[in-house]
Amino acid sequence: MSVLRYLLKKEFRQIFRDKTILAMMFAMPTVQLIILPLAMNFDVKQVNLAVVDNDHSSYSRQMVNTIGASGYFRMVAAAPSFPAALQYIEREKADLVLEIPAGFERNLVREGQQKVGISIDAINGTKAAIGGNYLLTAITDFNKDLPVNTAARLSPAAGGIDLTWSNWYNPLAIYKFYVVPAVLVLLLTLIGGFMSALNIVREKEVGTIEQINVTPIRKWEFILGKLIPFWLMGLIVFTLGLLVAWGVYGIWPVGSFALLYLFAAIYLVALLGFGLLVSTYTSNQLQAMFVAFFFMMIFMLMSGLFTSVDSMPPWARLIAHLTPITHFIKVMRMIVLKGSGFADVQREFGYLVVFALILNGWAILNYRKTS
Amino acid sequence: MAEKVIVCKELTKRFGDFYAVNKISFAVNKGEIFGFLGANGAGKTTAMRILCGLSHPSSGEAQVAGYDVYRQAESIKKNIGYMSQKFSLYENLTVAENIEFFGGVYRVPAAEIQKRSDALLQKLGLTGEAKKLVGALPLGWKQKLAFSVAIFHRPRIVFLDEPTGGVDPVTRRQFWDMIYEAAASGITVFVTTHYMDEAEYCDRVTIMVDGKVEALDAPSRLKAQFNANNMDEVFYQLARGAKRSGD
Repeated sequence: MSVLRYLLKKEFRQIFRDKTILAMMFAMPTVQLIILPLAMNFDVKQVNLAVVDNDHSSYSRQMVNTIGASGYFRMVAAAPSFPAALQYIEREKADLVLEIPAGFERNLVREGQQKVGISIDAINGTKAAIGGNYLLTAITDFNKDLPVNTAARLSPAAGGIDLTWSNWYNPLAIYKFYVVPAVLVLLLTLIGGFMSALNIVREKEVGTIEQINVTPIRKWEFILGKLIPFWLMGLIVFTLGLLVAWGVYGIWPVGSFALLYLFAAIYLVALLGFGLLVSTYTSNQLQAMFVAFFFMMIFMLMSGLFTSVDSMPPWARLIAHLTPITHFIKVMRMIVLKGSGFADVQREFGYLVVFALILNGWAILNYRKTS
Repeated sequence: MAEKVIVCKELTKRFGDFYAVNKISFAVNKGEIFGFLGANGAGKTTAMRILCGLSHPSSGEAQVAGYDVYRQAESIKKNIGYMSQKFSLYENLTVAENIEFFGGVYRVPAAEIQKRSDALLQKLGLTGEAKKLVGALPLGWKQKLAFSVAIFHRPRIVFLDEPTGGVDPVTRRQFWDMIYEAAASGITVFVTTHYMDEAEYCDRVTIMVDGKVEALDAPSRLKAQFNANNMDEVFYQLARGAKRSGD
């Protein structure tokens, strides 16, 4: 035990001596948590619409007004013809073209139906789908209020199915609520992963590991001596992140802090185990950096941070589940936004414990004092 | 018959089909200064690393401080000190912090660390530098400090791998005074070197050529045996035939 105390003392002294790295460890989560979520806003707010009105009737004007009044669209042009409107899409001035055919009002009144054309720039799939939906909703609203339809709906039974819905847990469906807890996990992962991956390997590079290996320090003492300081730093970074989430975004966890910290604690053990494992397999900092980066990219993009894990193909979902960060991001969202209790997240807890045991056990096993 | 603290028999380390150390046998007596000489690449460092428990031998036998290198490497580590070729104190820790750390990991009691540390700093004339980072010290001081740290826990044997490389002659002299002092206190010194004048300071020397022990005796007797005026000539006669060269 006393050997461990000396190891810890040494690690902390070294951490606090390097002011640049220390500053980065705390500046990175603060600054990046403030900046990154702003860039990751997937809310579609302004869809650019070009209108081709071949009818020039009061109905067609009324419909364009209804669409304009919905608040989601910006009318960029009233084009004389469809090819002219397409020019706007080609020049990226418009996302959607709405074509109202000639005889729109006449057909609606006489025959009770009429088709309109919508063309969507689908390069950005999300924006196209959401923009198309907005437009559909606006046209449906307009359609509902037409005299043809209001007249037909004399008896209440003829109304068809009327849907009402409400958003739970994130009532306004604000994207940052979804993204901020996950970005916090990502930053914690980057800091913890890189710091621990580079640490032992640095001792190899400088040659001090040789001096350690020739002492009677036990392997687990050495690994624990490396793990504990970064674990504590990680918890501080995590706390800092929660404060930023609250101060800047007004996100205050709905669920229990104890549960949140329990998960952060286990997750950090797993993550640092990963870093130390990388450190034992590589022989210099450049190698460690590349190997860590390779995994970090996978962690980042497969974790369900940007996209839903459930919509990945099965093999990709398998990879996602084999990365500890996926589980922690999921749990973070559940506890922070939904207030989930331990019973709801016990399976993820199990996963993280297994990751922590395997990664650290492997790191201890692979760290050799005698080559 | 003096007590033997290091014994090896036919000790071999093979990397693929390259024999870094090829069936070497020798014994080191307690309290002696045992010089380990050889050209670059002769296998000195490899042999020393095996004896320190840093590297597994491929075959042969070796006991250090009475413990077997195969099965009791960790027991060996409690009884030895080691100063590697590459400077390996923590440059971003202060002089006092390095002493405290290495004392601590060898389980020297805290009060004893404090006492020995003060005495050591006094002796080295580093009391004023105790709070300076080791990285900021001149090389000669670093080497003297590294040696002092290696014997801080009073091991039975200390292994020194080219301890005076790149150090000026005056500091080298002082360094050897420290080695004598350590030997006088009962610590066996196992030292590799390139400097033939240093070989003269040893009680006995071994000369390794191409992974094998080619000569082992007191410097005076080796000079007589090879009909040479100094160790330089002895070494030259033996190492001339070496096939390996360079690092």
